[in-house]
Order: sequence, then C-alpha cells, then structure tokens
Amino acid sequence: MKPFAYHQPDQIPDAAKLLTSIEDSKLVAGGMTLIPTIKQRLASPVALVDLSKLGSLKGIIDDGASITIGAMTPHAVVAASKLVQTKIPGLAALALMIGDPAVRSRGTIGGSVANNDPAADYPAGVLGLGATIVTSTREIAADKFFLGLFETALEPGEIITAIRFPVPLKAGYSKFKAPASRYALVGVFVAKFADGVRVAVTGAGPGVFRVPPMEAALSENFDPSAIAAIKIDNDGLTSDIHAEADYRAHLVTVMAKRAVDAALS
Amino acid sequence: MQISFTLNGRPTTVDVEPATLVAELLREQLNLTGTHIGCDTSQCGACVVHLNGLPVKSCTLLAPALDGATLLTIEGLQGAPGSNQMHPMQEAFREHHGLQCGFCTPGMLMTAVALATEKPNLTEAEVRHGLEGNICRCTGYQNIVISVMAGAAAMNAAKGE
Ligand SMILES: Cc1cc2nc3c(=O)[nH]c(=O)nc-3n(C[C@H](O)[C@H](O)[C@H](O)COP(=O)(O)OP(=O)(O)OC[C@H]3O[C@@H](n4cnc5c(N)ncnc54)[C@H](O)[C@@H]3O)c2cc1C
Ligand code: FES
Ligand code: FES
Repeated sequence: MKPFAYHQPDQIPDAAKLLTSIEDSKLVAGGMTLIPTIKQRLASPVALVDLSKLGSLKGIIDDGASITIGAMTPHAVVAASKLVQTKIPGLAALALMIGDPAVRSRGTIGGSVANNDPAADYPAGVLGLGATIVTSTREIAADKFFLGLFETALEPGEIITAIRFPVPLKAGYSKFKAPASRYALVGVFVAKFADGVRVAVTGAGPGVFRVPPMEAALSENFDPSAIAAIKIDNDGLTSDIHAEADYRAHLVTVMAKRAVDAALS
Repeated sequence: MQISFTLNGRPTTVDVEPATLVAELLREQLNLTGTHIGCDTSQCGACVVHLNGLPVKSCTLLAPALDGATLLTIEGLQGAPGSNQMHPMQEAFREHHGLQCGFCTPGMLMTAVALATEKPNLTEAEVRHGLEGNICRCTGYQNIVISVMAGAAAMNAAKGE
C-alpha cells in the first residue's frame, strides 16, 4: 500500500476538522471496505482519520420507541445484542447475514451506511425501518439519505455518529446471497408499523429503493399472499455476470414474500 | 509510529508505517509465518487471527489497530498452558483429517476456536455458516466441519474438567 498518515482523534469535532483540513483524507471505521479499496488502488488517501477512539460512537441505546446504534458498532455486536434481538429481531438477523464472522467483527453499521454499496444489507434495513441517520451536524431521514450508487446525502467532513431505528410492530429481512461474496444479489426488508408497511430492496438496482405497490398491499393484508402477484418493473434494475435484470425483478417478489414470512414467525 | 500490544501472551513493541497490514507485520517483521496470505483480498480467511478475542482477517487490518490490544496467532494456540500439547481444535483436525495441504488450516483453526468459544453447543448448520469466510481448495469441507464439531465438543469437555 502507498504510505499514508494516521490520525486517531478522540473528539468528534477534531475528527471533522482533520477531515476537512487535509485534502484527500478519509475516515476509516472497520476498514472492511476501505482497506480492500486502497489495496486495489481505487483510493489513495494521504491520511486516514480513524474513528475507533471516539467512544461516543459505540454502543446500543434503548430509547423506548426507538433504538439508537452508534456508528462504530460492529455487525457482530448488533447481531448478538439482546436488545436488538428483542425489539427488532429482523435487524439482528440482517446483521448476522453480513459477510462472515471476521467481517462482522470489524465492519461497522456507520461504515456500511456511509458507503452505500448497492448490494449492502444495512441500507435495506435503514430504509425499510425509516430510520434516522444522526451525523456530527444534523439528522437525516433515511428517505433523503441514500442517493444511488455509493452516493449519500453526507457532506464533506460530515461524520455519521449513530442510526436511530423506530421499533416496528413486526419486521423481517430475506436475502438471496451472491454465493462468492455473500453480498445481496437481492435483499428485501419489510417493516410493519401502526400507520403502514415499508418495503425496501437492496442489490437489485444501483441503490436501495422502496416498492410502493407492495407497501400498499401489505398495509391492507400483512401476508405473503398479498404480494405474490406483484412483480416490479425490470427497468433500471442491474444486469451483470451474477444475474439479469429480469431475474432480479423476479427475486424481489420472492424475497419480499420470505421477508414477510420471517416477520410473522 | 510505535505500537505496543500483547502478542501470544508476550508484551511486544514495534515500529511500523501506518500503512502496514497486520499479516505483513506478523510474517515479515516478526517472523510468525503461520498466519498465511491466501488471497490478500479479504475473501479466503487463511490470515485469520484473534484481536481481543475476536476473529479478524489480518490482511485487512492496519497495524495501528493493534496498539493496546491483545493478539493471538496460530503460533499462540496451545493446549493446557505450559503443557506443550496441541489445542483440542488442532487435535480434532488431526484426528478427523480436517486438512490436506494445510494452507487454509491456520485460518480455519482460528475461526473454529472463535466460533466454539462464542457458542459452546454448535450445530452443523452454525459451523457451516461460521466457516463462510474460510476457503479450502482441497478438502470439500466435509472433514473440516466434522473436525470443528469434534474440537468444539473437546473444548467444552476441557472446560468442564
Ligand atoms: C469478504 C467481505 C464480505 C462482505 N460481505 C458483506 C455482505 O454480505 N453484506 C454487506 O452489507 N456488506 C458486506 N461487506 C462489507 C462490510 O459490511 C463492511 O464492513 C462495510 O460495508 C463497511 O464498514 P466498515 O466499518 O468496514 O467501513 P470502512 O471500510 O472503514 O469505511 C467505508 C467507507 O465509509 C466511510 N465511513 C466509515 N465510517 C463512517 C462514518 N461514521 N461517517 C461517515 N463516513 C464513514 C469511510 O470513509 C469509507 O469511505 C463485506 C466485506 C468483506 C470484506
Ligand atoms: S489472505 Fe486475508 S482473507 Fe485471504
Ligand atoms: S487443506 Fe488445502 S486449502 Fe484447505
């Protein structure tokens, strides 16, 4: 790897200042995406700003009607959290499906959401639950956060500090794994709230998206049969060596039905 | 930069460039070549070590993350302390032919020990799920899964003694 300077600030404002004052600097959380990217020379930062010494970014808090997960909380901790397992079991299940144990030891929810990989799992959970992304400067609703392929509403120097998830009545996640990478070929998160149902899809297109016809049908009748006949349009979906757009569209319905099943079980 | 950590039970201090991967540090600077580099792209798991008790891929870990931490590599895996015996998981891999060429084995063992430590009564499905990040080009996994189940049972039994 090309050499870079390494900073380990212990205050959020210091981290933000380093990030804006050093050109070509980057935040590093778990490094499970960033380090492979640097190795492939797709990124060559001159400095890394490590978030691991910011204690306030770790941990999971029960706020009653919601739970707040610190940005630096690793996937394994979310998967094993009794609080998440009790209040939003679908989210704990999603975390346990990410990568493999070593990836889950290091990779963080903040890194995954900031990266917004089109095949990542957390964006489906965050959008499906209508979560709020809390940053060093403001709060952003999930519906306004994910802007397509690796793009988010984050401004330069803005740091995700936590994600706040409203507790749903029921929620479930189902993904069809790409067998080699274990990323989602298609993953669907379904959440039922008192005022309606949200359905979010990852893997199928250039970014995570919602499916209003499925949301309407499930709000009427929260059962897999309610959406069995709904097929989403291929238009704009991804075709690559792993699957054609048509197959991905088909999988959206299949995974959505399974996600409802998971939410009901 | 200077970093200090506990390596296989011994306090260790080294001077490293921040852009050093832990796998490189172990193999090239500390001469601990039991940790293998199979892919160098975070896929194969041959480089798995334990950082503060958790399995991590050392090819995807920067040396600064070691500062103040506890690192266990395959060289530090052992049976009863001071006994010079193999770890029960290593014994199980030998007994059940859990390896052929042995290239993936250090990573398999480190992942397996972490799995069995986290959850004492592993089912076969949990073992297979837990080994998803460790690739073996030889065995077809059957005997690795058998070995991990046997090793986990032996670790459990040893704990009860
Ligand atoms: C073998 C392998 C398999 C994987 N499988 C899956 C999978 O099945 N599903 C899945 O969803 N993911 C998968 N991943 C990705 C994994 O979940 C990553 O951990 C995650 O995408 C990034 O998190 P990180 O903490 O490692 O972030 P890093 O790699 O440290 O950072 C990623 C990016 O986010 C930025 N960033 C990090 N934290 C913040 C923050 N708090 N605020 C603002 N910006 C920030 C960084 O600057 C960087 O640009 C896999 C990774 C590997 C190596
Ligand atoms: S060498 Fe680290 S995962 Fe393959
Ligand atoms: S025994 Fe040869 S790679 Fe696993």
